[in-house]
Amino acid sequence: MGKILRRTFLIGTAAIAGGVAFGAYKIRTPYPNPLEDNLAEGESTFNPFLKISSDNDVTVLVPRAEMGQGITTTLTALVAEELNMDVADIKTEFAPASYAYFNSAMLEDGAPVPHFNRSLTAQATRTAMGTVGQVLGLQVTGGSSSTKDAFDKMRLAGCTARETLKLAASNKSGIPIGELTAKDAMIVLPNGTTMSFGELAKDAAQLSPPSDIQLREKSDWRILGKSVARNDMRAKVTGQDIFGMDVDLPDMLYATVKMNPRLGGAMIKFDATEALKIKGVVKVVDMTGPQEELFGGGIGVIATNTWAAFKGAEAVEIEWAKAPYPPNTDAIMDVIVKAAKTGEGDNLRNDGDVDLAFADAPRESIVEAEYRVPFLAHTTMEPMNATAQLANGRLDMWLGTQAQTIVRSDVASEAGVAEEKTFIHSTFLGGGFGRRAEVDVPRYAARLAKHTNGKPVKLVWTREEDTTHDMYRPAAVGRFRARMGDDGIPRAVDMRIACPSIVGSILARTFPSIPAVGPDNSITDGSFNQPYDFADYRVSGIKAPLNIPVGFWRSVGNSYNGFFHEGFMDELAVKSGMDPLEFRRKTMAKHPVALAVLEEVAKMSNWTAANIPGRSKGLAFNLSFGTWVAQVVEIAMVDDEIKIENVWCAADLGTVLDPQIVKTQIQSGIIYGLSSCIGQEITFDDGMVEQTNFDSYDALRINQCPNIEVTLLENAEHMGGAGEPGTPAAIPALANAIFAATGKRLRQMPFSKEVDFVS
Amino acid sequence: MNLSVNGQTIDIDADPQMPLLWALRDLAGIKGPKFGCGIAMCGACTVLIDGEPQRSCTLPVGSVEGQVTTIDGLANGEALHPVQAAWVAEQVPQCGYCQSGQIMSAVALLRDNPNPTDTDIDGAMADNLCRCGSYPQIRAAIKRAAKSQSET
Repeated sequence: MGKILRRTFLIGTAAIAGGVAFGAYKIRTPYPNPLEDNLAEGESTFNPFLKISSDNDVTVLVPRAEMGQGITTTLTALVAEELNMDVADIKTEFAPASYAYFNSAMLEDGAPVPHFNRSLTAQATRTAMGTVGQVLGLQVTGGSSSTKDAFDKMRLAGCTARETLKLAASNKSGIPIGELTAKDAMIVLPNGTTMSFGELAKDAAQLSPPSDIQLREKSDWRILGKSVARNDMRAKVTGQDIFGMDVDLPDMLYATVKMNPRLGGAMIKFDATEALKIKGVVKVVDMTGPQEELFGGGIGVIATNTWAAFKGAEAVEIEWAKAPYPPNTDAIMDVIVKAAKTGEGDNLRNDGDVDLAFADAPRESIVEAEYRVPFLAHTTMEPMNATAQLANGRLDMWLGTQAQTIVRSDVASEAGVAEEKTFIHSTFLGGGFGRRAEVDVPRYAARLAKHTNGKPVKLVWTREEDTTHDMYRPAAVGRFRARMGDDGIPRAVDMRIACPSIVGSILARTFPSIPAVGPDNSITDGSFNQPYDFADYRVSGIKAPLNIPVGFWRSVGNSYNGFFHEGFMDELAVKSGMDPLEFRRKTMAKHPVALAVLEEVAKMSNWTAANIPGRSKGLAFNLSFGTWVAQVVEIAMVDDEIKIENVWCAADLGTVLDPQIVKTQIQSGIIYGLSSCIGQEITFDDGMVEQTNFDSYDALRINQCPNIEVTLLENAEHMGGAGEPGTPAAIPALANAIFAATGKRLRQMPFSKEVDFVS
Repeated sequence: MNLSVNGQTIDIDADPQMPLLWALRDLAGIKGPKFGCGIAMCGACTVLIDGEPQRSCTLPVGSVEGQVTTIDGLANGEALHPVQAAWVAEQVPQCGYCQSGQIMSAVALLRDNPNPTDTDIDGAMADNLCRCGSYPQIRAAIKRAAKSQSET
């Protein structure tokens, strides 16, 4: 039994949380504990999340990517709460790649049912999706799901370890377990003497935990629910944080790649003569590989330093083939507009009978609008990079990734090495935003490692390669109409939204054996699943047939549907003659959690008071990743230019584990959203992306950054995420504020096409 | 060639045209300054040369004269520089990648202007990009550091 316990983490069988059964987690994890094989002398492991050394070092294994969201702190806090230790006294390591670290919450949340729908069918769909995450062993960081996924798992990791340590102490001392307590990495006996975790760990790890253990009640939390000092701060202010960019290995070579700027286009030929004359350039290799039609052809330059690699890549003469999509933005947008107009869609929302509602609608009752948004790049601060070493039949990879097990499988296949001989060493990520869930860059690094005779090679992209070879947030077009009822409330709302399918694009790159059939709910995510009630309410998502690589971009479908839906709702409020707040009170009346965030943000922003002269406010709502968000943006007109003065945000996540970290995540999402709508767009000419660096694709700077206030509520029954839900509502709240100020209705991003911002 | 970095003389064999950033990172193993754009648009590579903030990604190493200070040399042993301490107190970094550049720019600002206003901060820091949007905490940390420096 002890052996089984150590090797498999029996979630649910040995624990109940406050008397509530665990449901989905009762499925036994079939995966072995990956720590078993790599324990240092004196170390014992209790489950994939925890190990304790004989020197009494307690180490939490962090299976998720740290890309700004303080995850090493919050996940450690979950364990620390149950171990009765302080976060600062626990060491953290990034976990290895392992199926044991599967994320089921992300897929559960990605089920094509609205968050507020808790019907039996909806719940069954969620459970089925979550099981997919488990069966595929997806160790992924995304969908604002890390804390949701870890909430039970990592508290149980701490709880079961604590109880088995107590049991070991009881066995040793003869004192009943009920009289023992855990504190500061010690088991304390009734007489005050202590036995350290370290001296008990070896025996304890062999024991199965008592069957009647319970997680701490929320009312008894010491750490959770409070703001904890982040455990990565010192490293991050001294420059000692190790990003993929900072990996340094003996005999390491440096490299860059230059792939066809016409994405997915082949390379016809190249001439490396001039590049090889550059001091430090070692080798120029053909980077064309499998799935050329998706990744394109190109070259790699291996050198003794990064700068030589960059210079070398510039010097290679290359003839590129054409792009597998229309060559310029207008022609590309035509494809999406056509899909929005005439394409067949999936109706993930279809209440009442919309066609009937419009059949006899008087002309003056109808509101129509067309919205559109451009492609967007992620532009993480740290350009894409990965380091690979292929030697002695094993492949080692050092990188920051949001998808360890997916990357492992992909690079193992690339290098022709078994997964068991492929090792992913995770670093900090200099931003992720979804971009680091992709396999392209690690795959290229593994490919380069085949050319270095066993030496490690660090692949670094130039910013230009990064901006022009992204998996972009798709451009999208929305065509909307509504029929107003006699009471001023819309009776019917009909939304058609078209864009290239994100899920289809990602599956083709990452899991080519899984066909992308059925609806892609990311197309309408943020429109189909909002808690509004209209008698006739239809939201259709149409896949636009375009071979431009698209991917997850902070808040995914919500990043444009938030704008579409809430921009259009603002138009309907204007048509109804109602104040935008009052309009939403009436149309979301059945959802008290939504009403509460609206009332809170109204209070924060003093919504009902008259505007300060020269200032205007806009309101927007969005429910995404389980978090209910209302935002008000206030702008000032300065010599006909717009200055964003204030953003107020009320967000309900149900359970807040660390208020300060959550608030800064929401703030971060708001700034990311504002950056995108003010001035960002990716355009194409001659098949190539026209923006290359921060001079042509910038983001919000400190002098443009408004004051931001975030208030967190905990009315929602289910836990929501933090990383993405700040983004969607910020965009329409700004657009609606601009309408209030100028009467100009913004229906396309970036807004800088129609109005000027203070820069 | 010789470089003076963080109080030490470093002997490197570099093409004089190589940007200081890559000489520091790849040849001298000093990883604090980060690569972000390569065209002096994001500030992640900011170092001080004789106290002045410089974008090391576009500065040829052959042209460098004077004392180079990077984030790696800012603390005094275990004791953090007051700006670093303020950064911890305000919990500024999120992903952290831009922060070594942000901190070096803030150090230079406070040297020239020990009590900066919001406008001064915006002016001095606008060339340092942060994609996580840690700007509100950066403002607070600079004010905190200014206060702590004026008290000591």
